[in-house]
Amino acid sequence: MSKPQGSSVKQRSETALKDEFLIDAVKFTTEKLKNGKLAATAEHGNWEEWRERGKLIRAHTIAHLDFYLNQFIENARAQGVHVHFAPEAKDAARIAVEIAKHHQAKSVVKSKSMVSEEVHINEAFEELGIESVESDLGEYIIQLANEPPSHIIIPAIHKNRYQIAELLSKEAGQTLPPETKVLAGFARQKLRDKFLEADIGLTGCNFGIAESGSVVIFENEGNARMVSTVPKTQITLMGMERLIPTWDDLEVMATLLPRSATGQKLTVYMSGITGPRRQSDGDGPEEMHIIIVDNGRSLQLGDPDFQELLNCIRCGACLNACPVYRHIGGHSYPGTYSGPIGAVLTPALNKNSGEWEDVANASSLCGACYEACPVKIPLHDMLVYLRNRKVEDGHTATGEKMAMKGFKVLMSSYKLYSKAVKMGQVGQKLLVRNGVIKSQLGPLKGWTAYRHIPALPTRSFREQWKALSTEVEASMPSMSSETKTRLEQMVLNRKKGGHE
Amino acid sequence: MKVSLFITCISDALFPPIGEAMTRLLARYGVKLHFPEVQTCCGQPAFNSGYWDEARASAKTILEAFEDSDFVIAPSGSCTGMIHHYYPKLFENDPILLEKSLQLQEKIFEFSQFLVQVLGVTDVGAVFPHKVTYHPSCHGTRLLGIKEEPMLLMSHVKGMELVPLPYAEDCCGFGGTFAIKMSNISGAMVEEKSQHVLETEAEVLVGLDMGCLLNIGGNLKFQGKPVRVMHLAELLYEGVKLK
Repeated sequence: MSKPQGSSVKQRSETALKDEFLIDAVKFTTEKLKNGKLAATAEHGNWEEWRERGKLIRAHTIAHLDFYLNQFIENARAQGVHVHFAPEAKDAARIAVEIAKHHQAKSVVKSKSMVSEEVHINEAFEELGIESVESDLGEYIIQLANEPPSHIIIPAIHKNRYQIAELLSKEAGQTLPPETKVLAGFARQKLRDKFLEADIGLTGCNFGIAESGSVVIFENEGNARMVSTVPKTQITLMGMERLIPTWDDLEVMATLLPRSATGQKLTVYMSGITGPRRQSDGDGPEEMHIIIVDNGRSLQLGDPDFQELLNCIRCGACLNACPVYRHIGGHSYPGTYSGPIGAVLTPALNKNSGEWEDVANASSLCGACYEACPVKIPLHDMLVYLRNRKVEDGHTATGEKMAMKGFKVLMSSYKLYSKAVKMGQVGQKLLVRNGVIKSQLGPLKGWTAYRHIPALPTRSFREQWKALSTEVEASMPSMSSETKTRLEQMVLNRKKGGHE
Repeated sequence: MKVSLFITCISDALFPPIGEAMTRLLARYGVKLHFPEVQTCCGQPAFNSGYWDEARASAKTILEAFEDSDFVIAPSGSCTGMIHHYYPKLFENDPILLEKSLQLQEKIFEFSQFLVQVLGVTDVGAVFPHKVTYHPSCHGTRLLGIKEEPMLLMSHVKGMELVPLPYAEDCCGFGGTFAIKMSNISGAMVEEKSQHVLETEAEVLVGLDMGCLLNIGGNLKFQGKPVRVMHLAELLYEGVKLK
């Protein structure tokens, strides 16, 4: 029920795997989201073409990020926005805090923003005694629980309604029934006051439109619209890779993002904000700031293995598709982002393959993340690249290193390999009972705690080959001319392809 | 026309009947398999763990073994996927071995792919009067796009009842060294997969990858469940013999 404890993914997942409430809650919601996505993409049709288009738009933007950032900043400034650039997390927090101090702000109301989690903005405000309240219902719940989000778009995915009722009851000072309507009603009432009191509204940003310097926010609760219209000052935190060139490109993103995230055709609200309130506007902030956050993103630029990470549109589809995430929940991962994207993004943003050693191992490399990704980021490949960087940087366990050295020696030569198999056939006799190995010795332990291993047969395939091929050849029919032509044609076509 | 067998280390050492079934089944179409003995392992265990130098040492035996083959056929979507998808990356800084990798990429096929795409065979004439469920392995489906081929082959097997596996596309939790390093997570995944297999009440679990089948089969056996686990090549060949 509480956040899994431990210093590694393995340790934290150990706790999570035993937490039935957590696993049930995560499985229930990811399943719902995954099915919603499948239905929405099937209904829309030509999903693969849309994915390809989305990938191209994102890849183009990232390849020319310097150009689009300049264009975005120029256009936003022309609309009267104060644009800031934060090289690191602490800079983003410092800039936001300075703005708050300048306005002698007492309270901040926030809409959902993963970047704000990444730079720990709430803590920065709280240190100054400024109240910072999350207005997205999920974020509000985990703020009350004093936990980080465990999913990119469903931050409280790990909690069931009974746990949520308990948290909200504490806040209400009275027992609230575990009914969604009542609980949401309480939060709405409570947050309405916060919107009216707040000196500053802080939002995230799904997309920045370079051609107009606008910020686009997708949401379902209407809270981001409140945050960006009621308080006098608005601060928007934007990851430096959030840009797309034009409003036309937004059509593609608006097709991909909600469908991939929740299976919705479009979120309930999609707001485009271009500058602070004009005289003719009915509402909006008098002052608007955009803080563009790097915090490790530029490290991926120009890196052929990881640049595509910046294409991510933070839909969370890879989390919902991931069988590992589904079993261990988001809090088993280190850092702000969880699931497959988090497993790659956290080490990449921190450029520290040693410290984040085990997160890249928390994947069976099944590729479900890549298949689910609306902009086709090859996360399953990146996880392997990350493991490779870890080895190249020398962050390896001695036992594993020795084992791999042994692998190299044996697998370089079929003679040694065959000898090793032979030795296994003989040596296993001490361990085999009724054709299987159950022993929990050394590295076998992880395997045999859940499975039996079949014993090696007395003769390997290669030992049987000679007799087998002689016998089969003796009675083999000749290949039909049709098959022969077919095969020859395939080989011929291939040579035309230019690989010889 | 030289068609070679890449047996894969796991089938070579642990499951020799698969190689035998492939050899005998393909012989029926006049395909004489060659077995270059210099082959060892595709290198995936080292590659996936990040030890690329070690993976290259192993992969070189594969490049050497199949250099003069016209077609290469392997009983694994995962090992075929490794060669197809990752060899060009593994040898990107070695022009000669990169070229060899690209050539091998063109001529290597997973077993069901070879039957359907290359030989054009979808009905091997098998009879298999059993209730069967099929686990589509991740690398075969996602790296190589093998989806229809096994379905086509199984749809023509007479007397066989193919029960859809619930959540078939979910990974079984094998993941090579993942099963050892993250044994708790892998264990939870395979237990869930076994549960789905048992829900089908199938007598036989069939697949195209012995890594996954070793994992699921090992867990079913651990639980004392009498589900027979077979590679598709074994099932088809047994079905041909039954006819």
